[in-house]
Amino acid sequence: MTQALLAIEDLEVRFGTEDGEVAPVTGVDLRVAPGETVALVGESGSGKSVSSLAVMGLLPRPAGRVAKGRILYRTKAGETIDLAAAPPDRVRRLRGAEIAMIFQEPMTSLNPVLTAGEQIAESVRLHLRLDRRAALRRAQEMLDLVEIPAAAKRLHDYPHQMSGGMRQRVMIALAMACHPRLLIADEPTTALDVTIQAQILALIDRLRRETGMGVLFITHNLGVVAEVADRVAVMYAGRIVETGPVGDLFRHPRHPYTAGLLDSLPARATRGPDGRRHVRAIPGSLGRAAAIRDACAFSPRCERVREECRTTPPPLEAITPGRAARCLFWREM
Amino acid sequence: MWISLARRLGGLLVVLFLVATMVFFLTRLAPGDPAAIMLGDQATPEDVARLRATFGLDRPLLVQFALWLKEIATGNFGRSIFLQQPVTTVLWDRAEPTFFLALFSVTIAALVGVPAGIVSAVWRGRIVDQVVSGLALLAANVPSFWLGLILIQLFAVRLGWFPVAGYGAPGAGLPERLEHLVLPSLVLGIVNSALITRFTRASMLDVLSNDYVRTARSKGLPESRVVLRHAFGTALVPIVTVLGLTVALLIGGAIVTETVFGLPGIGNLVVSAVLRRDYPVIQGALVMVAGLYVLINLAVDLIYRLVDPRVTA
Repeated sequence: MTQALLAIEDLEVRFGTEDGEVAPVTGVDLRVAPGETVALVGESGSGKSVSSLAVMGLLPRPAGRVAKGRILYRTKAGETIDLAAAPPDRVRRLRGAEIAMIFQEPMTSLNPVLTAGEQIAESVRLHLRLDRRAALRRAQEMLDLVEIPAAAKRLHDYPHQMSGGMRQRVMIALAMACHPRLLIADEPTTALDVTIQAQILALIDRLRRETGMGVLFITHNLGVVAEVADRVAVMYAGRIVETGPVGDLFRHPRHPYTAGLLDSLPARATRGPDGRRHVRAIPGSLGRAAAIRDACAFSPRCERVREECRTTPPPLEAITPGRAARCLFWREM
Repeated sequence: MWISLARRLGGLLVVLFLVATMVFFLTRLAPGDPAAIMLGDQATPEDVARLRATFGLDRPLLVQFALWLKEIATGNFGRSIFLQQPVTTVLWDRAEPTFFLALFSVTIAALVGVPAGIVSAVWRGRIVDQVVSGLALLAANVPSFWLGLILIQLFAVRLGWFPVAGYGAPGAGLPERLEHLVLPSLVLGIVNSALITRFTRASMLDVLSNDYVRTARSKGLPESRVVLRHAFGTALVPIVTVLGLTVALLIGGAIVTETVFGLPGIGNLVVSAVLRRDYPVIQGALVMVAGLYVLINLAVDLIYRLVDPRVTA
């Protein structure tokens, strides 16, 4: 394996709430190499967004904090720093410059009272130390790069004058403006129309190929994963339950949750006795599964559950190099 | 934009008409007679009747109303019954202290309230927030006459830094007049800063949880820039609204404060006019204040366009 750009080791994030502390993320290990797209998959509340915010140093304060583990990032200068332990100001200077992020909601992620150009140029002036005019020129180049028509004009448009797809392109332009080495894309296409989704995915992939940046792609949509990812990590209740190369994992899931997710894809719907196609759903919901400590967190919803699952928390067991599953009975899958 | 502006100005006329109607009839509902008040206890009923006829107060109410409307439509607000001067002159003479007082107190209130509200929102729940919120609560509930008396006692009587009351001798120069405004402006500034602090805090808290603030942080901007440019920039609309309303209220005359400091302003004028049933002055002052109120609201709406590009109508 090439040297990792990002290596998350045994990450635990805790949030203080009125009912005491909760840990939405525990024991997460994840690596992203340069030029690689790693998909972090899971349903809402599984901890995938919290993990990404921890990398960015953007956990909501003062409630959230990294309680355990390291987030090792290799900087452009070649040194490795632990983002979880580094001074906030050091992490801030990496944000936007080396590590950039795209968010789920293009409609609300841009500042409504600043033009697209101003928002991109602001980042460029800060990190690349360009003057105002040069920064605006750079902003226009970026709008061109993300294939926004009439970029020179759009530069002076406000977000409310653009469509959702256009705004997400502006977000991508903003994220890419300072040549980041790591891009975290948190559900970047979830809020968009299907046709626009495909364009945005293609755009992110093209930029990755051209710049060699690593991409941590967060999504709940396995269809998207199949299109963009090299490797996949599936999260459930704050833990990684399975990892592997995308093709292998899709063909031979080693965790019942992954298998359930794959079965619930519309493309895999099977015909029932009445001749109609049925999409299989995973019964139950995530609920308070993150609080389950002395059993398999998925056991309440698992179709293959056995007695041991309710008494023994399963470890993340290596299957082959790069492949692992958190299930006591992965061999039987 | 011009169409909406014209529509707003048309609305102004309607408001002025309604205000004029209400003011006219409400002042006359109050018991008392300016002629009787003017002539005192010794006057005979004949004297009073003669004086009433001089002012036209003996004519039917609707006729008086129609005549008055006709006159104010041409900008003539009549003559003060007591001061024997045109109402417009009387108002103009009293406008300066009130205008300056409003200007200075809103400036003080904004300079104190806006930063306090921002600080309070950014460090929500911390000591700073608790201190600021506590002080704001205190300032909002301090009676302005009490605060005025305390400031007079301290800065005018004890320390002698500022004059006790009044607006300087007749013909006093501008510096001397302004000196008389320091303490009253401070009183109204402090009292009004409380409201502005609380609005700024609420508006900032609302905005700080927005996605685009997170985006600004994700760009690696220093927190000061995130707060001042990205959060405060969008939190401005409600803040501008409160500032505008405060100006409008103060233009109407800060009656209590003007009375405590003996300032010859609009508020003081209206109070004495009411006590003397000086109908033309009461009517003229209220119509003008209502007009200014509407104009200030219009100005606030125009400022919205500057601070928020999404506002178009």
